[in-house]
Amino acid sequence: MARKTPEFNASSMADIAFLLLIFFLVTTTMDVTTGINRKLPPPPDPSVKPPDIKDRNIMNILVSKSDRLLVNGKPGQLENLKEDVIKFMTPHFPDDPAFPEVKEETIDLIGTVYKSRGIISLKNDRGTSYDMYIQVQDNIAQAFTQLKDELSDKKFGRKYADLNEDEAKAINAAVPVPVSEAEPEDVGTK
Amino acid sequence: MSRFKKGGDKETPAVSTASLPDIIFMLLFFFMVTTVMRETELLVKVNPTSAKEVSKLEKKSLVSFIYIGEPVQGKLGTNTRIQLNDTFGTVDDISDFIAVEKEARDEADRKFLTTSLKVDKDTKMGIVTDVKQELRKVGAFKINYSVTEQRED
Repeated sequence: MARKTPEFNASSMADIAFLLLIFFLVTTTMDVTTGINRKLPPPPDPSVKPPDIKDRNIMNILVSKSDRLLVNGKPGQLENLKEDVIKFMTPHFPDDPAFPEVKEETIDLIGTVYKSRGIISLKNDRGTSYDMYIQVQDNIAQAFTQLKDELSDKKFGRKYADLNEDEAKAINAAVPVPVSEAEPEDVGTK
Repeated sequence: MSRFKKGGDKETPAVSTASLPDIIFMLLFFFMVTTVMRETELLVKVNPTSAKEVSKLEKKSLVSFIYIGEPVQGKLGTNTRIQLNDTFGTVDDISDFIAVEKEARDEADRKFLTTSLKVDKDTKMGIVTDVKQELRKVGAFKINYSVTEQRED
């Protein structure tokens, strides 16, 4: 008959675990791992002339050094920015001179869609606060997410986030995110 | 004679501590999963701003960080500074910094290198713009503005 193994004393186990716990508490941090992903444009090529874009196709957003918004030359509110962007970027057919031009395009999976040619030009001052800049970027991003959701709901009956890869690609092709950050220049530093 | 013994000098039994290690281990694993190892000592104050439309930063090994904010040490003044790795840097040091960061990665991974900008919310855009221009010049196009997620109310 096998001899009974003596039970080992586990009372120091708690101390060992505590030691490890405190070690991890001290050496680690709760880090921010979320953020807004953006792609910077390559440096401008001086030999290539910037393309001419019609005035009606551009929505100018200027953030002043006192964190105030100027949308197409008129003072704007951060709360309304999302709606403004959605209104501007929604394709209008037949052609309406108050809105950007549209072009017809056939995309796999979703068929023929009207695509807006609008471009959002974002310009900020050197004195703009980072917080304000992020809020503006965020509101523009929210507007495009909503536009994508609307189209994906119409075509697939689901939210954009629930689409599979090919479907998401099709929606991305139909709703581009043409946000251009202007070359920095001093707009009213003093 | 009674069926129930009247308690004489009976002591209350000690609380069993056998499950204490399990509880502590549970805490330990929780912290191990939710936190990350601190890589650099922060020299600047970074109080992140928040936004609604955020995405998770993927492939942490392919991310290099640039911190921008006020120095932690008061004697260094309140001017916004840039921190690269463990030291303060200037805009001109960024190209070297990115080159070193690229060198440290596998050749195949280099084009996926993301630069995460951890910027204090009170920073002025001037310095951020300078950093962005410099990143454009050295070809580090993928950037990530580090912000916390804003809860919908």
